[in-house]
Amino acid sequence: MKQFFSFIQKEFYHIFRDPRSLLLLLLMPVALMVIFGFAVTNEIKNNKLAIMDLSRDEASRKLINRFSASPYFDLSVLVPESASLETIFHKNKAAMVMVIPAHFNEDLMASHATTLQLLADGSDPNTANSLINYASAIIGDYQQEEFPETASAFQIVPITRMLYNPELKSAFFFVPGVMGLILMLISAMMTSVSIVREKELGTMEVLLVSPLKPFMIVLAKAVPYLLIALVNVLTIIALSVWVLGLPIRGNFALLLGESTLFILSCLSLGLLISTAAQSQQIAMLISLLGLMLPTMMLSGFIFPIENMPMPLQVISNIVPAKWYIRTIKAIMLKGLGLGAVWKENAILLGMTLFFLAVSIKRFKIRLQ
Amino acid sequence: MNNKVIQTENLTKTFGDFTAVNTISFDVYEGEIFGFLGANGAGKTTAMRMLSGLSTPSSGKASVAGFDVYRQTESIKKNIGYMSQKFSLYEDLTIRENIELFGGIYGLRGRLLQEKKMALLKNLELEDDQMKLVSSIPLGWKQKLAFSIAILHEPRVVFLDEPTGGVDPITRRKFWDLIYAAAAKGITVFVTTHYMDEAEYCNRVSIMVDGKIEALDSPDRLKITHAAGSMDEVFQQLARRAVRKAD
Amino acid sequence: METIIVENIYKYYPAATKKERNKALNGISFTVKNGEIFGLIGPDGAGKTSLFHILTTLLLADGGRATVDGFDVVKDYKQIRKRVGYMPGRFSLYQDLTVEENLQFFATAFETTVEKNLDLIHEIYIQLEPFKKRRAGKLSGGMKQKLALCCALIHKPSVLFLDEPTTGVDPVSRKEFWQMLKSLQLQGITTIVSTPYMDEANLCDRIGLLQNGSLLGIDTPENLTRNFGKPLFALKAEQMYPLLLHMRAYDQTATCYGFGDYHHITFIDPHIQQADIRSYLQGVGFTEPVEIRQIAPGIEDCFMDLLNH
Repeated sequence: MKQFFSFIQKEFYHIFRDPRSLLLLLLMPVALMVIFGFAVTNEIKNNKLAIMDLSRDEASRKLINRFSASPYFDLSVLVPESASLETIFHKNKAAMVMVIPAHFNEDLMASHATTLQLLADGSDPNTANSLINYASAIIGDYQQEEFPETASAFQIVPITRMLYNPELKSAFFFVPGVMGLILMLISAMMTSVSIVREKELGTMEVLLVSPLKPFMIVLAKAVPYLLIALVNVLTIIALSVWVLGLPIRGNFALLLGESTLFILSCLSLGLLISTAAQSQQIAMLISLLGLMLPTMMLSGFIFPIENMPMPLQVISNIVPAKWYIRTIKAIMLKGLGLGAVWKENAILLGMTLFFLAVSIKRFKIRLQ
Repeated sequence: MNNKVIQTENLTKTFGDFTAVNTISFDVYEGEIFGFLGANGAGKTTAMRMLSGLSTPSSGKASVAGFDVYRQTESIKKNIGYMSQKFSLYEDLTIRENIELFGGIYGLRGRLLQEKKMALLKNLELEDDQMKLVSSIPLGWKQKLAFSIAILHEPRVVFLDEPTGGVDPITRRKFWDLIYAAAAKGITVFVTTHYMDEAEYCNRVSIMVDGKIEALDSPDRLKITHAAGSMDEVFQQLARRAVRKAD
Repeated sequence: METIIVENIYKYYPAATKKERNKALNGISFTVKNGEIFGLIGPDGAGKTSLFHILTTLLLADGGRATVDGFDVVKDYKQIRKRVGYMPGRFSLYQDLTVEENLQFFATAFETTVEKNLDLIHEIYIQLEPFKKRRAGKLSGGMKQKLALCCALIHKPSVLFLDEPTTGVDPVSRKEFWQMLKSLQLQGITTIVSTPYMDEANLCDRIGLLQNGSLLGIDTPENLTRNFGKPLFALKAEQMYPLLLHMRAYDQTATCYGFGDYHHITFIDPHIQQADIRSYLQGVGFTEPVEIRQIAPGIEDCFMDLLNH
């Protein structure tokens, strides 16, 4: 046991004597959270809206006021009648144009029926769709409040509610993904690189020619990174609660437990990589291409798994981060307990044992 | 042998408060084989770096092949060859590709490059093996090839940093045959080595201790002035005076 | 009492096809006696490191068998790992750990403490002590070598394997290192050491000359040189290079090599006289005075002689 602890102590020396790498490990989650939290967001706010008001009456003014009050739109230009709508798009003056027809108020009062024209830039279909949805919602609200009598007894008004994320904040979506990514990166890549470094330096030769059990070497290498990864989990949770305003609806201890399970599966993956790689560059490359990419693409972090072609959906099942992200979403956002995620747990545990078994089998007590 | 190819005067290099090379002054003449000896950490590598234009001196004067080490480093690099035991050739290129690559780097083109390449291959008896990868040939061949490539552009001076480490005694001697032949053609050879018998092959030898040149003369005269039977004894006498132990 | 027994060891380099397989070790057999310093002398690529890896249980041989301290290198590898000290070719230290931390770590790895075995390494350690807070990466080559030796000795091994401990180390540090090995020998440690420096061969009790995976000769340095079997001449003149070229061109010359301040030459006719050599040199126009002596061969002469057969 003394051997084991002195090995762990040595690993910590290595980590602390390379302060730049340590800082990188500790700040990476912060940087990713900031990037995803503030720079990369799915919500489209403050879109430039141009309005061509051919009516200029009370009703059109009220409608325009509603648009200018919305955070989604910035009323940028009131377009004169003579203007060419295409040049507005060409010159990038607006993302959407709304044309209010002449006699808007009169038509509404008289027949309760009129038309509005919404023009959006279809070259960016996602944005255009969202803008039309936002605009339709504003117009619908306007109609309901100004002319409540039109909501006749026979009209069906769908009432939608976004469960767990009523404001559709994207933070709910990316925080579990960032956790999966960071933990995978630190646990798998750093462990594999640190084991392979001993091979490169030649110190592995001396360690092998010693009474140290090979598996003790490997286990002792994993411990410091387990701790660093747990610090990262806490950092990410703290940032998402206090900076991004995310709730933790489920049990906090369970959340940490699940993260530990995921970290262990990543560590065992790292060990597996280290048995295959002979140089630090190779270990890094395998980690980046073999782990980072699938975690980004196939875990449901960025692209919804349901929309993928069947083969990719099947492959996504072997990406550990997929199961972790599902677990985290269930606990953090839905407030569910262990009972709801037993299947994910079983899969992660199974993967961990499998990777461990293969690495033990492959770990060489000799050089070749 | 009166043309000075390397001239240094009080050449010094300091790193912070550490003086790696301390006011060394010496001249090396054209066609001379100059042995540059010293214990690990005595300052040999730092001095060689300054002379090959890779590092700017802290003070003092030096010129190599007539060019100033402060201002004309680019001209120096064109007029010297360099070979070290650690890096010399690209292992994943063939013998022929290495020759063409380094010849090209030093500005050899067309017919001239072809002629020099053929002469080199013939001289080393590698004509039949020119398509072999460098990684597949024995260490001794590699070192001879690396040296021949380092002098392919007929530099005024060639710097050799422990060129013969780890090769068998016969190959080591064949390597020195190449050095003699190069010197006979007028190329000045500036060489470091840990083999003291090789120090005897040099025309003159300098021994560095703690950043200073403690002795500089022909091997025979050094042995006489130090009342020693071999260069190894001379070296041991001088290097044991070293105070500084770490690099 | 034999501490190391090596019997007909083969090792192939990994290669794509069986046909291409090159032998790294080609049927090596030798023994090392208890308390002996055994030197493996040979150039890079001769197979020294492969042999060390096999004896330290890091590699499996493709043929033959070997025992270290009575234990089989394949079956009893765990026992061997407990009782050998090993210093690989590139001094395997943790560059970012201090001298002290390196020692502590290796002591614990071998289930012991620095204090318990200080008497064995004391002599070397006092030289390192002023630097004990310094990181290993910041030590000079000679100091690194001493630290690596301390680390390899920390658990009082019965056999010490040193793979090229003096390569790239300056002559002064090399000499000190050999003095340390001699004093370790007095404490009963068996040492097997490899080196490319021929002059270190004389410091070993017995040596094996290794080239291309084969042992060219195993004996004491004295016996090896005694068996040289032909007269050896040393020649010296002011103009050494022209002298070398002339002597190589002589039809009576068998071998002619530069050897420090002399050229060492053997002749086809074992009864050749100095006068014959002088008259040849006169005949080709080499008129300056030449010193000619018949000398006793050294290990390097023997090794080159064996290489030529």
